[in-house]
This record gives sequence, structure tokens and C-alpha cells, in this order.
Amino acid sequence: MSTKSFFGYRRDNGRVGIRNHVVILPLDDLSNAASEKVANNIDGCMALPHHYGRLQFGEDLELHFRTLIGTGCNPNVAAVIVIGIEPKWTGRVVDGIRATGKPVEGFAIEGHGEIKTVADASRKAKEFVQWATELQREPCDVSELWISTKCGESDTTSGLASCPTVGNLIDKMDEVGAYTCFGETSELTGAEKVCAERAASPEVGEKFMRTWQAYMDEVIEPHKTSDLSESQPTAGNIAGGLTTIEEKAFGNLQKIGKKARFIDVLTPAEAPEKGPGLYFMDTSSAAAECVTLQAAAGFVVHLFPTGQGNIIGNPIEPVVKLTANPKTVREMGEHVDLDCSGILRGEMDLDQAGDALIDITLRTCNGRITAAEALKHREYVMTKLYRSA
Amino acid sequence: MSIPHFIVHDQADTVGVIVVEGVQGDMELDGWVMENNSRIKVVAMSDIPLGHKIALDEIKAGDTIIKYGHDIGKAVDDIATGGHAHVHNIKTKKW
Repeated sequence: MSTKSFFGYRRDNGRVGIRNHVVILPLDDLSNAASEKVANNIDGCMALPHHYGRLQFGEDLELHFRTLIGTGCNPNVAAVIVIGIEPKWTGRVVDGIRATGKPVEGFAIEGHGEIKTVADASRKAKEFVQWATELQREPCDVSELWISTKCGESDTTSGLASCPTVGNLIDKMDEVGAYTCFGETSELTGAEKVCAERAASPEVGEKFMRTWQAYMDEVIEPHKTSDLSESQPTAGNIAGGLTTIEEKAFGNLQKIGKKARFIDVLTPAEAPEKGPGLYFMDTSSAAAECVTLQAAAGFVVHLFPTGQGNIIGNPIEPVVKLTANPKTVREMGEHVDLDCSGILRGEMDLDQAGDALIDITLRTCNGRITAAEALKHREYVMTKLYRSA
Repeated sequence: MSIPHFIVHDQADTVGVIVVEGVQGDMELDGWVMENNSRIKVVAMSDIPLGHKIALDEIKAGDTIIKYGHDIGKAVDDIATGGHAHVHNIKTKKW
């Protein structure tokens, strides 16, 4: 395994990307239109429209900046145009991204109008795209990969096979020194104590339990009006045979394998700083919110087991989708990158499935586009902690 | 090995997961226990869809349901051996 390599883009800060996007990043909801106009004008760049960025404050505002700056800093992004309604917060995002050494330029709409802003930003975007398209892939070691995981529209086949397949990969990647990340705080409910035992130290386990308890106390308990049936588990989960959050949680937890231990607990979109290893990130269990946060923390390839057929993608972090549900393979095959339903028929074991997932993951890193990329799934969803001021 | 009709994670589990389509009442089902690679047989009481669970033994209302060797909730109705174990007779102990 340690001898396996792939061809990636090595960035100025030493990190390795597997895609080479030029991103047009709106600071706020008002700047989506200009960003999309620039992306329409110039081939090879991509706008990331989203819904927020106005009148946020406190921890929610910090998370907004962390997500935007982290998105721009992700090594799958070669260069960034930031467009905002006013220059001050626009500049804060530009400065945050500039720390990576990559080309970044900000444009503010106030005082210029949208048409001139789009014209100016389009000229710069053309320059960035022509520069980025001359960058070359080079051989990189698998230990340089940052891999995140999250499951969705899970069913009982997820816990039996597709999540343990990811777990097998995580264990193997842990051995070679890659960075890996799981999240979904609420979706570990029922299995939280078993999860805490997988921490690398009692201190990290306690940090995890504090994080989980805070989600229960601050998010779930004050707002719930029922036992959350059809939300957690979702109606799709239930159709697929799952009954309770506890059952769903134990299936979910199979994604971290049997051996790897998580070395730190990250806040949403926080970049890991404790070196190679497995990290837990405090996230929602909604697919697009979770993957957006993991991408903003710097993870470059995502592994997504599904049962009933969640079709999520992410604009900058390719999402590799696997399922063990033979009905989903048959009915929704265009969304599936790896069929591991053979585990349920006794045709392959977890070790073989894990190796098959490593193979498709490295092919994705080399440039093969995923099912979600081919289908243009670019769900970019900010996590909002509370209402704006 | 022959293709199992259902799979059980752990020897201690009280439910198994149907992993094939077309399971009907009165069918004798072949089950694979992953933990120790053993096989068990249970007769289905009714049609059970792919992914849904079958009771491996008699379960009484109030009993804890064991899957993955862990507590995944409680029975809110009696479930006969071979019965369809789902949201109509299993509820969370959380939330």
C-alpha cells in the first residue's frame, strides 16, 4: 500500500490537490449573480453560490469566514476570485486564502455596479484559468491524501457492507499516515460511548463526549417536537429498513474501521493540526452541510456510502459513492462509483472491498471524474448556527 | 458459500437483516452470522422487504433489541420468531 502513488497537483504550501479548479467565490448571497456571470463568461471556472454572508455575527460569522476561506485554501482549488458586496469582508476572505500562496483577487460591487465588477472579475478569471491550465500533475504518495467520509440515505446494507468497506480503507490509510475525517455528531447518538472509546486518548474521548452532549443540549433538545422519526432516521432510512437512531448510529460508526483511533475533535470546518491520522469533526449529519465543512477543512477526496441512493456531490471535493444495496445498484447505477453488494452474497470479503475502494479512490485522484461530478452535483451548503442579526 | 437470505452482525443479536428481494411468508430462510461465520435458519412469518429486519427469536414488548451486539432500541409490541421487525414494533430509547 505504501508504495502506491497517484498524480496530483502540488500547491505552494506543500499540500496536494486532485482537481485544479478556478473558483469564483461569492462572499454573500447578493454576490451570487455576479459570480455566476463571471463563470458563464469564462470557460474553466466555477461559481459557488450560497445563501448567506449578511449580518451574521459571533461564532456564526466566524464559521462563515472559516468555510469560505477554507474552500478557497483547499488544494483542489488552483486560484480564486472573491466577489462581495463591499470591500472589507471581501478583503478578509482574500487575505485568508492568500496565505496559501495561490493566486487570489477580490472584487467589491459597491461603488462600481455589478456590470463593471463582472467585466473586471472576468478579465482576472481568464488570466487565472490560463495560468492554472498550465499546471501539471506530478507523482504523489497516498500518505499525502486527505480523505473525508460521511454516509447518506443509509439503510441496513450500509452498516453491513458499504460503511465497513470505508472502514477497511480508513484502517489501511491510517497505517500509511494519511489524514482522514468523519463527522455527523447527532448521528452517533446511541453509539456515542462506543465512539468515545475509539479516541486515541481519554482527553480526546472526553472532548468528543462534550461535543456530542453540546449538540444534544443546544440543538436537538430545545427544538425537537417528536422522536425525530423521518428526520433522524430519515424517511428514506426507514424505507430501507432502519428503525431507530441507535441502529443508524452503529451502522454509521462502521466507517471508522476496526483499528484507527481519532486523534482530535475539530470544530466545523476547522483544519486538522495534530498531524496524520483520523479526526472527528463536529458537523450536522445532512450530507451537503457535512461535506462542505470537510472540504473547507482541506480534505480533497470524499468517500460516501449510501443505501437507498443519496446523490450528493460537492463542487471542489470529489465524492466517491459506494453502495451495497443491489436494488440501488440496479435502479440508480448512474450515481454509483463502487458496487460492493457482493459482500452480502459472500462473493467478496471486506478486505477485498476495501482494496477495490482504494483502487477507485486513487483513480479518482488521478483525474477520473466521479458519478456525482459527471452529473454536475455541486451542493455547496453553508452551516448556519443561528439567525442573523 | 450459498447466498444468504439474511445476515446477522453479531451472535448476540436478536434481529437479522434481509439481504435479498422476494422474501415471503412461510419461506425457510438461510442466515449468515458474520461474527463467527455460522449459519442459522428461520421461517419468515410474512413478506419482508430487502433491508428490513427479521426477529431471530420471540421478542416481547419492552424487550431491548440487540443488533451489532448493542442496544438499538426497544420493542413496543410482541414480535414472533420470523416476524417483521420494523418501526411499527421498534422505537428508539433516545429523543
